[in-house]
Amino acid sequence: MKRFSPIAVSLLVASSFTIANPPSSLGKPEGKLNIIAWPGYIERGESDKKYDWVTQFEKETGCKVSVKTAATSDEMVSLMNQGGYDLVTASGDASLRLIYGKKVQAINPALIPNWNTLDPRLSNGAWHTVDGKHYGVPYQWGANFLAYNSKIFAGKAPDSWSVVFEEQKLPDGKSNKGRIQAYDGAIYIADAALYLMKKNPALGIKDPYELNEKQYQEVLKLLRAQKQLSHRYWHDVTVQMNDFKNEGIAASSAWGYQINALQGEKFPIAAVIPKEGATGWADTTMLHSEAKNISCAYKWMAHSLNPKLQSGLAEWFGSNPVVSKACAEKAPGGSDFCKSNGFERFGQIAFWKTPQAQCRSQTQCVPYSRWTKDYIAIMGGR
Amino acid sequence: MSSPTQFPNQWMPLRRLSDLFWRQPKLLLLVLLLPPLAWFGIVYLGSLLALLWQSFYTFDDFTMAVTQQLTLANYQALFDAANYDVVLRTFVMACAVTLASAILGFPIAYYMARYAKGWQKGAMYVAVMLPMWASYIVKAYAWTVILAKGGVVYWFYNQLGLSSVIDALLALPSIGGNSLSTSNLGRFTVFTYIWLPFMILPIQASIERIPANLIQASADLGATPRQTFSTVILPLAFPGVVAGSIFTFSLTLGDYIIPQLIGPSGLYIGTMVYTMQGSIGNIPLAAAFTVVPVLIIALYLTIARRLGAFDAL
Repeated sequence: MKRFSPIAVSLLVASSFTIANPPSSLGKPEGKLNIIAWPGYIERGESDKKYDWVTQFEKETGCKVSVKTAATSDEMVSLMNQGGYDLVTASGDASLRLIYGKKVQAINPALIPNWNTLDPRLSNGAWHTVDGKHYGVPYQWGANFLAYNSKIFAGKAPDSWSVVFEEQKLPDGKSNKGRIQAYDGAIYIADAALYLMKKNPALGIKDPYELNEKQYQEVLKLLRAQKQLSHRYWHDVTVQMNDFKNEGIAASSAWGYQINALQGEKFPIAAVIPKEGATGWADTTMLHSEAKNISCAYKWMAHSLNPKLQSGLAEWFGSNPVVSKACAEKAPGGSDFCKSNGFERFGQIAFWKTPQAQCRSQTQCVPYSRWTKDYIAIMGGR
Repeated sequence: MSSPTQFPNQWMPLRRLSDLFWRQPKLLLLVLLLPPLAWFGIVYLGSLLALLWQSFYTFDDFTMAVTQQLTLANYQALFDAANYDVVLRTFVMACAVTLASAILGFPIAYYMARYAKGWQKGAMYVAVMLPMWASYIVKAYAWTVILAKGGVVYWFYNQLGLSSVIDALLALPSIGGNSLSTSNLGRFTVFTYIWLPFMILPIQASIERIPANLIQASADLGATPRQTFSTVILPLAFPGVVAGSIFTFSLTLGDYIIPQLIGPSGLYIGTMVYTMQGSIGNIPLAAAFTVVPVLIIALYLTIARRLGAFDAL
């Protein structure tokens, strides 16, 4: 596969300036809005009546919302390339690709009245701000937790990702071999890099998404060893939940979604952010460069920062609000979601971003295309 | 009073057309065949050619956009060790599933054709087809639960005190794994379950066609049952086996649901295409991957034709 020359990348960056300026005022709402979102991200009360943040928006603005769900970041980029959508809730590993691919346009924060309520830790995030321009409004963020079966761990939370990377005896006296899972996506390479960053400081990894050739090879070595331990690579949330229940999985990386759902079934599962920290995602609502329903899109972006929506969504999805005020807002289920979802541990999260050949902490990094290729090989046992 | 000049004018062109067709029968044939030919040519072959053409496009790794610059890089990528593994893995599974379906399917088909009478025959047909009426996804998901460690298969073996048998099977290299639902053995079981009806029905049809007096003649001439089977029944039923194998082989080769739900993590051609096209948007590489089963099946059909699979059609 082709590698990126620095010239090509700088050309790409330069050409992104030619995008038209964001609007300074809004017209009449167009009456409809098409959004690409993660499953469970834009709820209209169809899964559970208490979690509904669309119906009222439609009533107030007259913008009929249609949602197309996507299961992976790569799928989101692919859908945006096809076109026909107005907004996308892009994670950090997709957002820069969308910006440099000129699929999204810069927005004008002045048109979003509650822009200033944003958590200051996020409002200038590198995953949506390029050259001082904002390419979207932060929506939610969360961690990829270390989920573990609390019965097997005898109620004592593991404090390190080593339980999924190194062979060891678990508290129930048996080895972890064949009882752990890894994520079926190339971005998981960063989880291994994050673990090595703390375990082997001599490697000098500063950022798990910016690896030079030598560091990258060490990370792959760790992942190949993990393949021998792993039960399978999880891909489908339903299958993973089944595996926890029926296959005796002891520990795995998982999203708040599975953990919430299994806890809801009274299954003995718990989750932690171990001492190494965790990878995570920060999602941004981004506006398509050829969006047809700009006014409705701006109205949605403003609506998305509403503390009520933010708190309900955080509880529903197992994520964190981007508006600090929302932590004080009571969510429909009444849980202390900011505490359980790691709102205070922002600094320990290495947010997903697309690995690029041109990187800040090194002269040359291994780009995402090689991550995908090598991860497919590792999953195949090579 | 009417005269020939009053013959309705509007019929004249049709009449002339009919004369034309009568004089030129090939033209009539062409007109009749044109709609199906157009369907076949444009919708069927056209999309295949479009796919083939796309496999020469360039995929930009960073922006994940496809450019229309032509390249052979996608075909070259097929020979990367990891991608080559994908092809080989799928091919071996397709062969194994085909072989097992033939071995399991033949006796059932034979019983259906030769012994089952009246309502029994109907019941057998229903029994073979019944699984095909249920949704394929539901069946695949159901198998993830059946084969899980907490599932009914493990329970059954444990009740019989035979759990060491499963452990011994799973300890075998390449077919084994951590549990039935993550091993190649489990995936093979599910594939064979799902595609078996496609093997039974063609074999049954071909055995049905063997005249009973041939078997009697063989016995009269002193052949043992084994000799009758190997020299009379099997050769005559073999085209049916090959016809069934075309289904099981090509269906396994292209499937992308079962490999996702059951078995170890290595990708199959189907899941690879799904990942490349559906989630990464690398349509050129997905297209190049799609060409692989097309070639394998073309080769397979050529061999099948030599073996006489189409004589029975």
